Amino acid sequence: MERILFGDNQFFGVNHMSEEKARAQAMRFQDIREIIKTLDNAYDAGIRVFMCTTHERVGEVCDHFRANPDRYPGFQFYPCMPYAHKYANAVTEYGMTGALSKLLPGESKIGSLLKGGLSLARMDMESLAGMLIDAEMQMFNGLSTPIIFIQNVVTDLILGLGAYDAFRMFADHVKAKYNAEPGFITMNLPRLLDVLEGIGIENPIICANINKIAFRTAGGLDNYEKTIAERKFRPIAMSIFASGAIPATEAVEYVCEQKNIEALLFGASSAGNIRNTVDLINKYDAQFGRGSALAAVSPQVSV
Amino acid sequence: MGISHQAILNSTSGIELVATCDSTPLVASVMGRYTKARSYSDYAEMLAKEPLDAVVIATPPKAHVPMVEAAIAKGLAIFCEKPFVLETADGIALAKAAETAGIVNQVGYHYRFVGSFVHVKSLVDAGILGRIHHVTAEAYGPVVLRPKTGSWRGSKQTGGGALYDYATHALDLLNYCVGRPDTVLSASLGSVFSEEVDDEVYALMGYDDGMTATLQVNWSDESYRKMSTKLTLYGTKGKIIADRQEVQVYMREPRPDLGLNQGWNVRYTTELTEPVDYYLRGEEYSAQIEHFARHVAAGDKATRSTFATAVEADMTVDAIRAAATRDAIRIDDGEMVAASTQTRARPRTGLARLFGKSQ
Repeated sequence: MERILFGDNQFFGVNHMSEEKARAQAMRFQDIREIIKTLDNAYDAGIRVFMCTTHERVGEVCDHFRANPDRYPGFQFYPCMPYAHKYANAVTEYGMTGALSKLLPGESKIGSLLKGGLSLARMDMESLAGMLIDAEMQMFNGLSTPIIFIQNVVTDLILGLGAYDAFRMFADHVKAKYNAEPGFITMNLPRLLDVLEGIGIENPIICANINKIAFRTAGGLDNYEKTIAERKFRPIAMSIFASGAIPATEAVEYVCEQKNIEALLFGASSAGNIRNTVDLINKYDAQFGRGSALAAVSPQVSV
Repeated sequence: MGISHQAILNSTSGIELVATCDSTPLVASVMGRYTKARSYSDYAEMLAKEPLDAVVIATPPKAHVPMVEAAIAKGLAIFCEKPFVLETADGIALAKAAETAGIVNQVGYHYRFVGSFVHVKSLVDAGILGRIHHVTAEAYGPVVLRPKTGSWRGSKQTGGGALYDYATHALDLLNYCVGRPDTVLSASLGSVFSEEVDDEVYALMGYDDGMTATLQVNWSDESYRKMSTKLTLYGTKGKIIADRQEVQVYMREPRPDLGLNQGWNVRYTTELTEPVDYYLRGEEYSAQIEHFARHVAAGDKATRSTFATAVEADMTVDAIRAAATRDAIRIDDGEMVAASTQTRARPRTGLARLFGKSQ
């Protein structure tokens, strides 16, 4: 797994600290060229992974990367599905069955059966889950997606309900169909790890909020730190700055100091912030005895 | 919403989920597969067979009254989703019955558990604003964006409409922070897309001490990603602007005892939010259930959002609905209108009349 992953919250009006800031970002990034420009900056700073939701606008980003493979050698996508608001809004508007028939592609079997009036009750959950995953994955066709994640809203709902089979179904499907590893995003890290181990998903990839001020670390920060130090899994830290509540230096030092954290996910809008964050990660990785996060940082282009 | 409730109940320490009830056979059967809890499709049967301490009611509002009555009759603690009931008279009766029966009761007004708004309440209680003379309570979101919807939210009979479903949150938040208004001075309910129900609500409300409050609600605003609720309080000593994410406080004089400087002070949800045991979609949803569980365990009836406080929001809703049907005061159509009519027809003459001189 790559050490530094670039996130997408800033592109879609998500900011946990300020609605005004979120709105300003939504305005700036409604032009897809601004998103591409920012991803170019991330690439040029040495970042090779875009970890993104299956927001419909990511489809446009994918089109760009498919069209320009020579500009982005080695670039990978880590899709995170589903983009929950798409589903929540569709269910609010059309009801459960209506939402499914809207969201599944028209030519899919379930989509046409639903449109033909088959009741949900008679459906096989596993094939439904597979079809929903496939619908979300369509936009990544032809791109490299070595890890595919379930978004925290769904992970944590399954976790809360105890419907653990669903984790198994997801893992099996992404392995079989996409030759990818399953990843799990959660706000309940220790609890989720217990469950994944319990159903035999070994050394799982888990992405969770890990930050100094314990923002959204359900179960408690002490428990998080202990879990990361002592348990066998592949943690990815997200929300490391807690939306800007922690000064960058302190924030990066805190996550780099926990040596078992395999990857760091962050989002930023400006070339300067991207570069600074990458430099900070490299600095603290070196300080805590980890090799440089990025093999080819700041390549000097010779003319 | 019932599925989120089940997930939270299943994961909150101090709660043992022993039975669930859903009238949709699909939901009941799918959920039945994954939980140790017994599943029912008839709540009366569940109440008769299961020895329970508490029930959580997360149905559309139309079904609340008989379920709450049945649970009160069994002496169970009750957490009921909002809006509480469709008829305020029913709400008053249920609040009284719960009080008489001595049961712990709570309504799911989750904004009372959002860290930033809890902080606003503490600042108001500490008197930092001096005399508060105006409050604005707002709620916006993307619920109804097209004329036809298949959900209960689009139907009047089942408790749909922005006034019941969205405005109640803003009103309850207003009540929580500064108390219930005494009057509704004027109100307007409008449809943006819905045929049967209101999509936008605006109201001006009064307090007997002279304070006023405005309510601005629109659930047909696609520019919001999800529901957004905002409170602005204007006082003689300062001002507070608050939403889910942050609390901005403007102080005319410093309050060092509270760490408030003169001018702007900003605090973020990241520091104002208490951690929860299990997180799903927002700390407040778990926090309100944890709060309920603690009160049930302690037999403490003073929950932060009781049937009685929920009824206060419903009473305001009724007054807004009544005010919205009153005749508006027409703007006097004397000489001015005649003048402006002429203005449109013959600008020069019209303006001349308006200003009383020749041009």
